[in-house]
Amino acid sequence: MVRLERVSRRFGDVTALDQIDLAVGQHEFVALLGPSGCGKSTLLRLLAGLDAPDLGQVSWAAGQAPAAGDIGYVFQDATLLPWASAAENVYLPLRLRGIDRQQSAPDVKRALARLGLQGFENAKPRALSGGMRMRVSIARALVSRPQLLLMDEPFAALDEFTRHRLQEDLRGLWREGASTIVFVTHSIYEAAFLASRILVMTPRPGRLAGEIKGDNSLSRTDPAYASLVSEITDMLHAVMPL
Amino acid sequence: MTKLERAAPILFGLLALGAWQAAVMLLHVPPYIVPGPAAIIVAFWADKAGLLEALLSTLTVTFTALFLSAILGMVLALAMAASRLARAVIQPWAVVLQVTPVVAIAPLIILWVNNPFFALVVCAVIVAFFPVLSNTATGLAATPPELVDLFKLNGAKRWQILFWLRLPAALPYFLAGLRIAGTLALVGAVVAEFVAGSGGFASGLAYRILEAGYRLEIPRMFAALTLLALAGIAIYATLGFLSAAILRRHGDV
Ligand SMILES: Nc1ncnc2c1ncn2[C@@H]1O[C@H](COP(=O)(O)OP(=O)(O)OP(=O)(O)O)[C@@H](O)[C@H]1O
Ligand SMILES: [Mg+2]
Repeated sequence: MVRLERVSRRFGDVTALDQIDLAVGQHEFVALLGPSGCGKSTLLRLLAGLDAPDLGQVSWAAGQAPAAGDIGYVFQDATLLPWASAAENVYLPLRLRGIDRQQSAPDVKRALARLGLQGFENAKPRALSGGMRMRVSIARALVSRPQLLLMDEPFAALDEFTRHRLQEDLRGLWREGASTIVFVTHSIYEAAFLASRILVMTPRPGRLAGEIKGDNSLSRTDPAYASLVSEITDMLHAVMPL
Repeated sequence: MTKLERAAPILFGLLALGAWQAAVMLLHVPPYIVPGPAAIIVAFWADKAGLLEALLSTLTVTFTALFLSAILGMVLALAMAASRLARAVIQPWAVVLQVTPVVAIAPLIILWVNNPFFALVVCAVIVAFFPVLSNTATGLAATPPELVDLFKLNGAKRWQILFWLRLPAALPYFLAGLRIAGTLALVGAVVAEFVAGSGGFASGLAYRILEAGYRLEIPRMFAALTLLALAGIAIYATLGFLSAAILRRHGDV
């Protein structure tokens, strides 16, 4: 679907990404795992076309270059419009594409309900908890059924219960839907649970250190899940010796 | 705020007024040098109609100027946010107008603008529009970049980013600027009235102050000054309440 070729990105003296080669195929669920500051968010921004590489190039397969609204992006912070209700925030991507408010109301409602926010449609962000705000921003990314879903540590601020439920939900969504997902996380468990493919990055300057094939049909209690976790852990420790 | 904190400024004011009255009486200061509060109240009462009419005249200029400043500041800030060329053109001239003392240009404006009312309004606008402009411009530029990214990802046009995102995001900044502009508009109106003096359309508080000064009616002068100060406080407080109410509805606080 999209391919990065020898992509580097520098900010002044800081090399955030160094010679990244990466191809993401259609309907993959890729987890990007790496320490803080290794350039994971930068990589997502490059994929979204919000930033351009200093060296190398980002290229899309023929006919798959994203049009407006084809990319759903969940930012590291909720970044909602503070003056708009939860429903209006979720409606925003559709509104920007000129879709009628009335017509999209059921989609908005469904997206909010899916994240357990029924009853909070009219609440302004300040009246929501941090975790609820994050869920609104996830609903906002899902509402337009994007082909490519880029998620930057979307569950990091959530409690364990909600996180488990949303992880389960996201897996289900991916399985039934047509989305390709690139998911940034700090958590080995999350990567092992969610992804069909796990990429491990080195500390800055960020390079791809290795890749593990995942299996996101495992349950958390499955011994195969445990061995996947330890496989990822080993690779992480190889990259960053304790 | 506790009850005491709320009452403190009033108590302090009353105490100061009492001390002032006592000092004037005990030291036998003649009222044409420093009148006591009682003499000022008496003077106000004697010329109630004239003073209130003058206040109304000054406030009319002030609010007209505030209204125009709000629109002018907002429009210029939007233009600056929409186009770098507009920014390059507007910014230096806005600063020039801001740093030029209005007393220095008021005579020219009064000469050029035929209508005396509008001459005063123009002077007051020159003083008052700058905080609206600079605050709104800051707010427009301070929109969270992730939100701008989100708009771009969904194919937003530039005008959509400006009017659906940057403008509402700048509202708290605009209101803070408006609050400063309110008191500045009063200052600008009064300064312009002073410069205009008795030049044919004298009706505002500043003219009353000048007139009372010439006639050595010092208590009346103080009465006019007091009205001016109260008007300033009232404008500041009203705009404060207004902006708090708007922001609460808007969802920012
Ligand atoms: N706009 C920018 N200007 C300057 N430096 C930047 C910018 N964006 C990122 N960087 C730098 O690039 C490096 C990688 O940043 P990035 O946000 O991609 O890290 P990350 O892997 O997402 O970290 P975290 O897990 O903490 O979110 C950091 O050292 C950061 O300081
Ligand atoms: Mg990050």
